[in-house]
Amino acid sequence: MKISKLLLTAGLLAAIALPASAQAVRINGAGATFPYPIYSKWFSEYNKLHPDVQINYQSIGSGGGIRQLSNQTVFFGATDGPMTKDQMLAAAGKVLHLPTVLGAVVPVYNIPGVDAELKFTGPVLADIFMGKVTKWNDPAIAGLNPGVKLPGSEITVVHRSDGSGTTYIFADYLGKVSADWKKTVGIATSLNWPTGVGAKGNEGVAGLVKQTPAAIGYVELIYALQNKIDFGSVQNAANEFVRASLDSVTKAAAATKGRMPPDFRVSITNAPGAGVYPISSFTWLLFYESPKDKRAARTMTDFMRWALQDGQKYCAALGYAPLPAEVVALEMEALKKIRT
Amino acid sequence: MIQGPGFKNSVRRSRSDRRGPDALFRRATGAVATLVILLAAAIAFELLRLSRLSIEKFGLKFWTGKIWDPVSGEFGASPFLWGTLYSSILALLVAGPIAIGIAVFLSELAPGGWRRPLSFLTELLAAIPSIVYGLWGVFVLVPLIRKLETGMPESLRKLPIFSGPPVGVGMLAAAAILAIMVIPFSSAVAREVLRAVPASQREAAYALGATRFEAIRAVLFHGRTGVIGALLLGFGRALGETMAVTMVIGNNPKASLSLFAPQHTMAAVLANEFTEAADDLYLAALVEIGLVLFVVTLVVNALSRLLIWSLERGSRRIPPVAAPEAVSGAEAA
Repeated sequence: MKISKLLLTAGLLAAIALPASAQAVRINGAGATFPYPIYSKWFSEYNKLHPDVQINYQSIGSGGGIRQLSNQTVFFGATDGPMTKDQMLAAAGKVLHLPTVLGAVVPVYNIPGVDAELKFTGPVLADIFMGKVTKWNDPAIAGLNPGVKLPGSEITVVHRSDGSGTTYIFADYLGKVSADWKKTVGIATSLNWPTGVGAKGNEGVAGLVKQTPAAIGYVELIYALQNKIDFGSVQNAANEFVRASLDSVTKAAAATKGRMPPDFRVSITNAPGAGVYPISSFTWLLFYESPKDKRAARTMTDFMRWALQDGQKYCAALGYAPLPAEVVALEMEALKKIRT
Repeated sequence: MIQGPGFKNSVRRSRSDRRGPDALFRRATGAVATLVILLAAAIAFELLRLSRLSIEKFGLKFWTGKIWDPVSGEFGASPFLWGTLYSSILALLVAGPIAIGIAVFLSELAPGGWRRPLSFLTELLAAIPSIVYGLWGVFVLVPLIRKLETGMPESLRKLPIFSGPPVGVGMLAAAAILAIMVIPFSSAVAREVLRAVPASQREAAYALGATRFEAIRAVLFHGRTGVIGALLLGFGRALGETMAVTMVIGNNPKASLSLFAPQHTMAAVLANEFTEAADDLYLAALVEIGLVLFVVTLVVNALSRLLIWSLERGSRRIPPVAAPEAVSGAEAA
């Protein structure tokens, strides 16, 4: 009698315990749209290596990602702009920011008859997007581009109509180089634009610039490359005119060497140093430092170790710049903070 | 919604109705009908609850405020309100005559063999998803409008309704897209209304020596409440249309009379900014935009019912034909 009871209990226990260990780990995340292509590549590659790990990601926008993380409806969030102090306080616990890849925003234009690559400075870009410089042959632009025959047509400014991390990065840069921009327009994912027309998504801006003569806009680097639109070089903090490339963007991140804050909430627009492309930014994954679901926490820290090392090789093909080695080293340390 | 005189009396309940399957059926349909009302009430309640922060902060100024600045946290709905109403009214002005024309042709004039394929084709337009209209707008309509703008003589461009840079995207593109989207709805309903006009009306007109045009006028007069209902159905759809509009209107929250100026609508700003709205006041302001859209569609529908009722009262002696419900365009809310 006793033995059969014992067996029964053991059997029951096994029945409860077994499926749990054999079950696949499903982890949900949500957030930024900009890194979505690389994240989905990572999650599917990681799933091939670890068939029992399934990570779902909804690209609902940085704001939505932060909101869902705060409400604890997802295990991790993703954002293109670091969380504000208020958002950090509103979250259900201490949140870690972990940079994953780098992106760049480029000024794209369509000027009939101009094939040369135009040069811009931050303040001139700010004036164009504020509607203060209204013609392509304005001395402010012509002075930077001697030898280029610029038409006298009116500039049509195209910006994002939807809230976007791209806008945040662009405005963050303009705010650093133009006091006027900072005061009158400001830095956020959606802005009160003084001029221009709004188009939805990077592809919307790229499309409208491409079909509108004398238009200027801003898009993520990959969209400019894919759509074959002209984009200009931008003057960096070391007074060089640099064209965005994976290399010049990684250099912007390397410029944080020795000055990286421990929480990784750092803006690398207008970063100092030679060869740096100034409108570059990290994009982050967001985790709670001590998540409730320990199993998911272990899985995600394993995943992060993989993404920061092996995963970086998928960046270039998708138009993202890989993280510099020093940032990866710092993050491997920071991953230990997540209590698993 | 057919409710001729004496209609009410005909559904007087018989004794056997109070029990058995009939009663069950009555209760079930009643419950479903109540559910719809509860659903509308729940939507209104949720919109009010979630926009509390914004309502408390801005009060009635939200309706008249001209600035929409997520950075400094100042929100006013008037440019969106203007854009929604202006684009929908323009669309109605363009689509109305065309839809009525199609309906008259199909019900009165078209040779027998044409009717079916033509009705089918106009109704097919209604089946095209709005994102497809938007893409067509971006790649075909907008460049055409840009050509029109650049080709327009300077003297005309000085008029307030044609001012602004020649961008292509803007109010005119949005109104044109909306008009095309609205036509199949309005024309299909209007056609059914005209076909429901009893043949005796036409025969009577001809018997009195009316020309074909005069006979058609009599038919239109007879079915006027239904035709107006058909147009308002299209108007309701235009108010709530989101995707196609946001792709061509330029999304610039500045109210302007100009047809060429980029503007914005309530549905478009919701679709655009909701995902990235991270702070509470911003989110509440967006929800309040949804509330404003909800109220506007309610008011438009109420006004259209009033209009139809007053017309019906004016022609009580002739039983009016189907007056379709003007459905709300609150899908975006």
